[in-house]
Amino acid sequence: MYNLIGAGLIVIGGGIGLGQIGGKAMEGIARQPEAAGKIQTAMIIIGALLEGLAFGALLLGK
Amino acid sequence: MSSFQGFSISEKEKEGHSQEDNGHVDTKEEIGDYIAHHLKDAHDFHLFSYTSDSGERKHVGFSLPVIIWSSKGLVSFMSSEFHHDDAGHTIVDKKGLKFTKIHSKIYELDANATAVSFDEEHHATNAHKVLDFSITKSVFGILIAGLLMFLGFFSLAKGYKKGAIPTGIGRVLEPLVIYVRDEIARPNIGEKKYKKFMPYLLTVFFFIWILNLIGLTPLGFNVTGQIAITVCLALFTLVIYMTNGSKDFWAHTLWMPGVPYILRPVLAFLELVGFILIKPFSLLVRLFANITAGHSVVMGIAALMILLKAQFGTAGATGISFFLTLFLMVIEVLVAFLQAFIFTMLSALFIGMAVEEHDHTHDH
Amino acid sequence: MDIFNDFSIGLFAMQAFILIVLIFLLGKFAWKPILNAIEGREEGIKDALEAAENAKKEMQNLQADNDRLLKEARAEREAMLKEAREIKDKMISDSKEQAQVEGDKIIKQAQAAIEGEKKAALADIKNQVGSLSVEIAEKVIKEQLSDKDKQLKLVEGLLGDIKLN
Repeated sequence: MYNLIGAGLIVIGGGIGLGQIGGKAMEGIARQPEAAGKIQTAMIIIGALLEGLAFGALLLGK
Repeated sequence: MSSFQGFSISEKEKEGHSQEDNGHVDTKEEIGDYIAHHLKDAHDFHLFSYTSDSGERKHVGFSLPVIIWSSKGLVSFMSSEFHHDDAGHTIVDKKGLKFTKIHSKIYELDANATAVSFDEEHHATNAHKVLDFSITKSVFGILIAGLLMFLGFFSLAKGYKKGAIPTGIGRVLEPLVIYVRDEIARPNIGEKKYKKFMPYLLTVFFFIWILNLIGLTPLGFNVTGQIAITVCLALFTLVIYMTNGSKDFWAHTLWMPGVPYILRPVLAFLELVGFILIKPFSLLVRLFANITAGHSVVMGIAALMILLKAQFGTAGATGISFFLTLFLMVIEVLVAFLQAFIFTMLSALFIGMAVEEHDHTHDH
Repeated sequence: MDIFNDFSIGLFAMQAFILIVLIFLLGKFAWKPILNAIEGREEGIKDALEAAENAKKEMQNLQADNDRLLKEARAEREAMLKEAREIKDKMISDSKEQAQVEGDKIIKQAQAAIEGEKKAALADIKNQVGSLSVEIAEKVIKEQLSDKDKQLKLVEGLLGDIKLN
């Protein structure tokens, strides 16, 4: 039960983080469309780091 | 969509209910068990089972060799000797030793024991696990992936002897190789040193990608969702970036210039923990969790077909689950590529961090 | 952690072994030749592009040369034509002048001849007139001098004329 609540919290936190990353990346791309490739790569890397963190936390709570 | 076939035709034999209802999967618990069973490695290659007209369970698939290191040395036999039993009921006698299999793990029973018994912490009291070098389903999957890579890339390599432009399958593979080189290795490791790491990065990229894709076929592989596989891949990356660290990297990791002396050991500790534990851990957990989660969700959604039968009827439930599963499978195909890309990308990034050489014209 | 309960050392070992073999074999027989071939081809493309660029430049140079030559030739032709025209004009004017001079000379000669003839004719006429007058005078004098008085009158008249002169 508690670990499900924890999982929910992790997902909320991760979702906020991913939203921030994605949103800012979109803003960046809109501002500088020619840098879209670089921004996308950086976005995916940071997203992956966040994902690793969230999955780590999920598995620790499992 | 391995689950799809498995569910629709019949179900793997599971102890506890297989005898009574011919191994059909109907309830939530049975579905959960089925998914958990799929996520694990298996000692035989099993496609699906069905009950024949005479009420006999038939299994479609083939058995794989079991190779174990027991207390009397190497023992090997075909997995068919377990007769698809995964609950420790069938006991195989080899070299005077008794072996049984519980949840894909092979136990060697003590001399006078007839069945494995567990204590409260789920440790076997009268048996012990053996070192299991079997050609399991996962190893079989790895071999298939390796074979595919050999076939594809040897033919590509051979194609260059005939002309500068590849033909056939090479036309698809060459842009991927160039993609890994230009989008992953070059920008992250640097123009000077990337060549040395290309074999590893290319092998790992295609290895993970092919295995992820094989995992989406109805063959029921779940290789990159095995923790041992991802640990192994992450360890390779760890060893590579640790052994190729430049002088600058070690200087900056162990004795960071430009910070107060008191803080330097603390920073060194944090950096080492980051490089030795956290980075590989995030690598291995990400791949494992993504693939495991993907498989569970796809199978769970496919199982809606059974769970919603009461509310929507057979056709309705099948339709709902079909479209949801289709949607998820499309996402999973994307994830299959993305995870291979991310793993290779982060490996290249970490290697790039380790081999980077700073120019010391500026003062730190 | 739960997930590590599923960790199988055997699977790990098999995977590590197969991965090492894969990296080694693919690295030696696939990645190396593939990357070398791609790199070689990229170099080739780069060289070919450069060569094409050079050829283009050369072509441009050639074109410019041709243009220059053409212009020069045209100028030369123009100059030659001009020269020819000048020569022609000069020749015409020269011959005109010569003809003029020649004509003048002929006319002068003719004039001189005419003058000479005229002089000769005049002299002849003078001579004839002179001899005729002498004859007439002889006859007149012969007639007149037959009478003494008339002779004296005449002499006196002549003498008066001389005075008047």
